Amino acid sequence: MSTIRASVHGAPASAGPMPKAAHTGAISVRHLNFYYGSHQVLFDNTLEIPGRSVTAIIGPSGCGKSTHIRVYNRIYEMYRGQRCTGEIFLDGENILGSSVDLIELRRRIGMIFQAPAPFPMSVFDNVAYGLRLHYQLPRSELVDRVEDALKGAALWDEVEAKLHHPGTALSGGQQQRLCIARALAVEPEVLLMDEPTSAVDPVGTAKIEELVQRLKERLTVVIVTHNMQQAARISDRTAFFFEGRIVETGETTALFTNPSKKQTEAYITGRFG
Amino acid sequence: MPFGRSKRASMGLPLSKTGVRRGDALFHGAAVAAAALVPVLMAGLFVELAYGSRLSLEKFGFGFLVSAAWNPVTGNYGAASSIYGSLVSTAMALIIAIPLSLFIALFLVELAPPRLARPVSGAIELLAAIPSIIYGMWGLFVLAPFLADHVEPALQAAFGHIPVIRALFAGPPMGIGMLPAGLILALMVLPFTTALMRDVLQLVPPVLKEAAAGMGSTTWEVFRKVMIPYGRRGLIGAGFLGLSRAIGETMAVTFVIGNSHSISASLLASGNTIASTLANEFTEASDPLYLSALIELGLVLLVMTFLFQVAGHLWLSRLGRKTGGGQ
Repeated sequence: MSTIRASVHGAPASAGPMPKAAHTGAISVRHLNFYYGSHQVLFDNTLEIPGRSVTAIIGPSGCGKSTHIRVYNRIYEMYRGQRCTGEIFLDGENILGSSVDLIELRRRIGMIFQAPAPFPMSVFDNVAYGLRLHYQLPRSELVDRVEDALKGAALWDEVEAKLHHPGTALSGGQQQRLCIARALAVEPEVLLMDEPTSAVDPVGTAKIEELVQRLKERLTVVIVTHNMQQAARISDRTAFFFEGRIVETGETTALFTNPSKKQTEAYITGRFG
Repeated sequence: MPFGRSKRASMGLPLSKTGVRRGDALFHGAAVAAAALVPVLMAGLFVELAYGSRLSLEKFGFGFLVSAAWNPVTGNYGAASSIYGSLVSTAMALIIAIPLSLFIALFLVELAPPRLARPVSGAIELLAAIPSIIYGMWGLFVLAPFLADHVEPALQAAFGHIPVIRALFAGPPMGIGMLPAGLILALMVLPFTTALMRDVLQLVPPVLKEAAAGMGSTTWEVFRKVMIPYGRRGLIGAGFLGLSRAIGETMAVTFVIGNSHSISASLLASGNTIASTLANEFTEASDPLYLSALIELGLVLLVMTFLFQVAGHLWLSRLGRKTGGGQ
């Protein structure tokens, strides 16, 4: 958290948030191990995530799904005693390297949490949060980008009239889409979603799933879910985790219809989990 | 079995129920009586003070609040210098203590490793337990000479040439006056506001901090833009609690403020507060009007404290309506 944002603030204001063409948001995880103190929870995770696709991470509770994606944006570093070894490449760059600008990394990799986490401010300020943090935009452009992000998160029509109401006053599903809009506003290449619909009602869940389908045209989505139907509905590829190891990875349809490992088959047919 | 059960129901239940009802009524009455004690005491205190100050109220009327005169020989009394001193010393204490408390609380909650946070927390709570007379003696024998020898001359050297601000540091550096009073009060308020703010900040949900950090915020930005807004109601409440403590603090202030009935723009000049005047002069108040004026000072302090509390509540309820979230 000590990295200085000079590289971003130093850029001319007119540069704006424009993703570079070469960035497709492809992720390559190599030999990732993760430890809580001396307790190892991830073992030699190796995973290829193609850019502009939806990858679902499934597995029983406590198998390390969330821990795995919390390494991608290095959010685990907020906590003492958590550490990892291995490499994660985002568009060819090892994001676990010590020279990586954490702040820029977290602009490029957004994260949605299990519980909706709107900040204690208005709907508008929530979405403008990242834009104000990373760029110095004139007011009119800020307003445009907030509108774009809310439209991108399929929330604009519902909140257009209450942009200056507190974000916490929205419904649970709307709050989660507000968080998605907040993440989208800074035009990330990757969106990590940690069981984003587990606290959302069925109607809200359907909206978020539909949204994920549209988002993959612009960015890479990695979604942790304990809901196998959800994984089957929305993902292109699926990785099955068990006890901190990646048991099987593949095209979602193939993995669900014809799993190659006994453990995968047992899990997806509901024999445990 | 069914027989036994119905027997017990028909015989035992009516009896035990009346027992419960009687006990409940007693409990209800006791709770109401205990709760009623508070407003009754408050009203009694107010009436007693108003009655005790009737001589002064009749003689000076509203002028008591705006007159800075305080002359037991001619029998002319005014509260202005004491009110001024109370407000200025309290404001100084809060200006120093509140930002400092916030930073200490942030350090304890977010930055300090547990093996450091615990002893620092303990030390802060210990500060709160020190009797105020000890603060007063420390202020008079340690802080005041230090201020007179080092800090006040330095302040005069630094600001002595700047117009307007110069007036704040005019006069001889004695180490006794508004400045040490404000500093001592800040030190006394600090442990309370820090402990409260620490508790408020600890209630910020981890997911909110992670979400803010996940957007690319630095630790400072997480603190300023998310944790403070989330906890603002509790933080403001902590500030008001500190204010009530500072405005009523008596002993420590009496030691260092100089106890003169005068209003001076200079922070180096002596002054007084309502509480320090009461502590100093009650034993000397020989004639009824003098005593009555002192009691009216007490009434003024009570009303001021009350008004600050009301203002605090209004502020908080307005905040709650406007922005939602937080506690």
